[in-house]
Amino acid sequence: MATEFHNLQELRHSASLATKVFIQRDYTEGTVCKFQTKFPAELDSRIERSLFEDTVKTLNNYYAEAEKIGGQSYLEGCLACATAYVIFLCMETRYEKVLKKISKYIQEQNEKIYAPRGLLITDPIERGMRVIEISVFEDRGSSGSSSGSSSTSSSSGR
Amino acid sequence: MLGLGVTEPMRECQYSEISVVASSPMDAEHTKRVPRRRKWETFPGRNKFYCNGRIMMAKQTGVFYLTMVLIVVTSGLFFAFDCPFLATNLTPAIPAIGGVLFVFVMGMLFRASFSDPGVLPRATPDEAAHLERQIGEDVANGPGQGGYRPPPRTREVIINGQTVKLKYCFTCKIFRPPRASHCSLCDNCVERFDHHCPWVGNCVGRRNYRFFYLFILSLSLLTVFIFAFVVTHVILRSSQTGFLSALKDSPASVLEVVVCFFSVWSIVGLSGFHTYLIGSNQTTNEDIKGSWSSKRGKENYNPYSYGSIVANCCAALCGPLPPSLIDRRGFVRPDAARPSPRSNGTSAYVSSQPRTRMCDQDQCIQSTKFVLQAAATPLLHNELITVSGGHSLSGKPSLGGPCASLPAAQHTPPGPVPNATWEAEALVRRDQEKSLFRWRASDEVSSPPSLGHGNPLYDPASQDSLHQDSVRGLVKLSSV
Repeated sequence: MATEFHNLQELRHSASLATKVFIQRDYTEGTVCKFQTKFPAELDSRIERSLFEDTVKTLNNYYAEAEKIGGQSYLEGCLACATAYVIFLCMETRYEKVLKKISKYIQEQNEKIYAPRGLLITDPIERGMRVIEISVFEDRGSSGSSSGSSSTSSSSGR
Repeated sequence: MLGLGVTEPMRECQYSEISVVASSPMDAEHTKRVPRRRKWETFPGRNKFYCNGRIMMAKQTGVFYLTMVLIVVTSGLFFAFDCPFLATNLTPAIPAIGGVLFVFVMGMLFRASFSDPGVLPRATPDEAAHLERQIGEDVANGPGQGGYRPPPRTREVIINGQTVKLKYCFTCKIFRPPRASHCSLCDNCVERFDHHCPWVGNCVGRRNYRFFYLFILSLSLLTVFIFAFVVTHVILRSSQTGFLSALKDSPASVLEVVVCFFSVWSIVGLSGFHTYLIGSNQTTNEDIKGSWSSKRGKENYNPYSYGSIVANCCAALCGPLPPSLIDRRGFVRPDAARPSPRSNGTSAYVSSQPRTRMCDQDQCIQSTKFVLQAAATPLLHNELITVSGGHSLSGKPSLGGPCASLPAAQHTPPGPVPNATWEAEALVRRDQEKSLFRWRASDEVSSPPSLGHGNPLYDPASQDSLHQDSVRGLVKLSSV
C-alpha cells in the first residue's frame, strides 16, 4: 500500500523537487535590501559560480536603486505629502516600478539560465524579502522520490 | 520506518488527499473545487481586516474610535460655533485653514491606522526547516575562532562598525532583521518597529511611521490653532457683551478649550519627542532601551544615522515607501494553503490536523531527519541511548525509536544541559510531537506515559511567552 502511494505520486510529477536553497539577507550595510553573494554548496554541481553571482549582484543593484534616497525620491515624497498621499491611488511608487522590473528580470533569468539547469528562483517579494529561494529539481526516476515527496508535502505546509 | 509494518496510519492518506497533495500546478480541476480565499483570511497574526483586506488594524480598536470622536467632535464644534463669528469679525481664512488642517489630520490618521506597518510574513515551512538545520549545525560546530560562541538563537552582524545582534523569533520562525521587533499585541514581527500605538489602533513601523509623525504634528498644529482661536473668539465676544454672556452665547467654546488644553501638552510633547527621534534616526524602541546611547560606552553610536539631522529627516519623511510584504488581497495558492498555526490558538492546531494534507509517513521522515541531524550533538545522543534502552517499545523498527523515546525523555528535562542543545532538541521534539500524535491515534502504540502536562518544551530560553503557551497546548493536546 505504501509503495502504491509513492508510485502514484511519482507518476504525477515530471520532475520532483529535491531541495530548496535559501540565500539569506546581507545586513552589513544596514537595513537596505541586499542578499549574500556567497555561493551555496548545494548548487556547486548545478550552476557556474559566476552566473549565480551575477544574478544576485544584479538583484542587489535593483533593490539599491529602489531604496535610493536621492532627488527623485524626495520629489516623490514631497509631492505625495502635499497631496495627502492621495496621489498614490493613481500613481505607482518608484519602489513598485522597480519591483516589476525585478520580476521581469527573474523570469528572464529563470527561462534562460536556471530552468535549463533544473533550478528555479522564487522572487524574494513572495518570501517577504527575507530570502532568495532557489528550488532544485531532479529528474523523475531518481531514488530521491521519498525526499521529493516529503519536500513537496512539507511545502504544502503543516 | 513508519510504513514498514504499520498500516493503520497510512489509511489516513486517502487517495483523494493524495491527489491534492500531489499539488502539481497541472491539477487545475482540484483548485477550482475549493473556493479561493484571500490571504488576509488566513493571516496568522492578530490583526483585523476590513473592506476585503484593504484595511488592516490591530485587534483592539476602541481607543482609535475615541481618538476619532475627540478630533471630529472638537473640530465640528469649532466650525459650528466659533468659525461664523471669527469669519465675519476677523477673516474667512481662519475656517479655511482650519478645514485644511482638519482634513490633513484625518487623512494622516486613517493612513497610519489602516495601512500595513511593515509586517514581516512568517517563514514558510521550508525556510523554517532550513533555519533549524543551520542552527543545529551552529550548535554542533562549537565555538568560533575567538572561542566566543553567541547563543544559538542569535546572529551577530557588523553594521557600519557596530555589532548588532539579530534575534530569532520563535513565533515567526525567522531571524529578525535589524530594527525589527515582534509586537506581542498584534503577534507580528514588524520592520523598523517603533511602538504599538493604541490611539491609532495599529503598530507604528517602517511603512506608516511618516504618516504617524505627520498625524501628530498636524494634530498639534490643529489643537493649538483651535485653542488659540477659541480663546480669541471668547475674548472678542467678552469685549462686546461681557465675559459671562459670551460664555453663555457660545457654550461649546468651553468644552473645546478644555479638550485642547489637556491634549496640547501630550500631543505637542509627543511631536517634539518624535522630531528628536527622526533627527537622530532612532526608533522609540531603541531610545527606550538606550541601544545607541553614549552611556553604554564611548564607542557606541547609531549605525543607521545618515550623519546630519537634515539627512535623517529627509530619509524618514521623504524616503521611498516600500510596498507591503504580506499581500493581503492576493489569493491563497491551494498547494500552499496551510497557514502556520496561530501561536495561541491551540484549537486552530487541532482543527488543522484532520485537514492537513501531509502524509504521516512523510512527516515522520522529515522529523526523523531532524532527529538524526540533532543527534550529532553528543548530549542528545546520550539521552536517546539511555532512554530507548529501557523503553517498552523496543520491538518497533529502529527509526521509530527516537519517536517513541520522546515521551519518556520528556520527564527528565536536563537541568544542567546548556540551553543551546536543549532548545535544538526541543524543536526536534516538537516536530516529532506531530508524528507521535498521529502514531498514537492508530492504536499501534501502547499508550506512552502522558507527556508531562506541566512540562514546557522550552525551558527559560524561550523568549516568546505566547510560543510557550502554544507549545504547552500542543503537549496537552498530544496527551489527550
